[in-house]
Amino acid sequence: MTAPAFAPTGIRFDNIEKRYGGLYALRRVSLAVAPGECVAFAGRNGSGKTTLLRIAAKLVRPSAGSVKLVTSGSEATDSGERCGFVAHATMVYDELTAEENLLMFAKLQGIAEPRACAAGLLEEVGLSERRKYLVRTFSRGMRQRVAIARALLNEPSVLLLDEPSTGLDPEGISWLANTLRRMRDAGRTILMSLHGESEISALATRAVRLDAGSVVADTRAGSDMHAILTFAGA
Amino acid sequence: MALLADTTVLLGKELRTEFRSRELLTTTVVFILVIVVLFSFTFDPSVGESRRFGPGLLWLSFLFAASLMLQPCFLREQNNDTLSALRLSVRDPFSIFLAKLAANTLFLLLTEILMLPIFAILYNVHILAVFPQLVLVLFLGSLGVAIAGTAFSAISAQARMRELMLPLLLLPLLTPVLIASTEATSGLLAENPGLPIDWLGFLAGFDIVFLTALWLFGEYLLEE
Repeated sequence: MTAPAFAPTGIRFDNIEKRYGGLYALRRVSLAVAPGECVAFAGRNGSGKTTLLRIAAKLVRPSAGSVKLVTSGSEATDSGERCGFVAHATMVYDELTAEENLLMFAKLQGIAEPRACAAGLLEEVGLSERRKYLVRTFSRGMRQRVAIARALLNEPSVLLLDEPSTGLDPEGISWLANTLRRMRDAGRTILMSLHGESEISALATRAVRLDAGSVVADTRAGSDMHAILTFAGA
Repeated sequence: MALLADTTVLLGKELRTEFRSRELLTTTVVFILVIVVLFSFTFDPSVGESRRFGPGLLWLSFLFAASLMLQPCFLREQNNDTLSALRLSVRDPFSIFLAKLAANTLFLLLTEILMLPIFAILYNVHILAVFPQLVLVLFLGSLGVAIAGTAFSAISAQARMRELMLPLLLLPLLTPVLIASTEATSGLLAENPGLPIDWLGFLAGFDIVFLTALWLFGEYLLEE
């Protein structure tokens, strides 16, 4: 990866609440994530992990509270603009080639040299030779590589990953772990939701457990992190 | 400028994916063909009857076909959560609607123009002399159908029983378009053909009002 074109950025959740009718998906979640931290969110299905990440990406509007990006030396800004988002769905078009997908999203994001940017990222994720192939011909692992490349198009300072290893084989998980490690070491802030421990959860510098929409555990200590991650996976 | 640039990129995507699969165009053409042919079997129209009933039958078949064609418009964005990717990428969310409704109008217009000669043969009506005016009516009518259809496709894609929801919401709303388009087409197929400006004006007004509403409120339709 080339020298980062982003400023180290943290993210601050203030009293986030999300209701669907009378059902609470999130209850007054407050969390401050420092620049460069790699946070693993754990919890059972329906605990609010996905909703929290989608609120951070500005895909879902919170019922109450706010999410701000905090860059050292500057005012807090609305989240979304400098976030890259990877969901367990690939978020790319099956009927387009890998190159067409990246080129389209690069143009939509107003990137100055979309073709060079797309080519560089395809090289980065190891899909240069398959760039002219339709995504629907790709394996799950290859699709996930395109998804990661798409999320990195605008050089995001914060990366949000919602169960990024879903459907990946061990080789795919290893590739993803190595890629995320490079991103973390380059100074990106990473927030990811996970189920259980894996090569990917080992990258986390902090673990947060959600239960019924509330933060019930939050630690940076290795042994406690293990407990949080394994409990959620149980 | 960002709106125009994003719309152009997204329209390119819509056209590329459709012409690669040809799913919508093929099914819509076949659907309209079946309806027009079946109607022609139910009675043996004279020239006078064709002039009276033909335009209504034609526009009804276009409307049913449109409700079929517009169904997957936003539904297929849900398969891989690509709508979220678009929302994260575009500078103006209205460009998502604008590109889709431009593509839908184009696809509808294309299928309608393909069907016109078959309609003319089966119902014994002459369209050649009024073809340019007919295309104008088809364009304004199709645009109205596409604007309302694209908006309701976004709503129904998030609803339960979504396959049923779109025609239920759309068809009653499009009654004014059906009436105006049928009247305008009748005027063109009459013994002494003429372009009914008042009905064309009505269609243009419908298009402007609904396009403005979509521009104002479209963003909320995309929210989860």
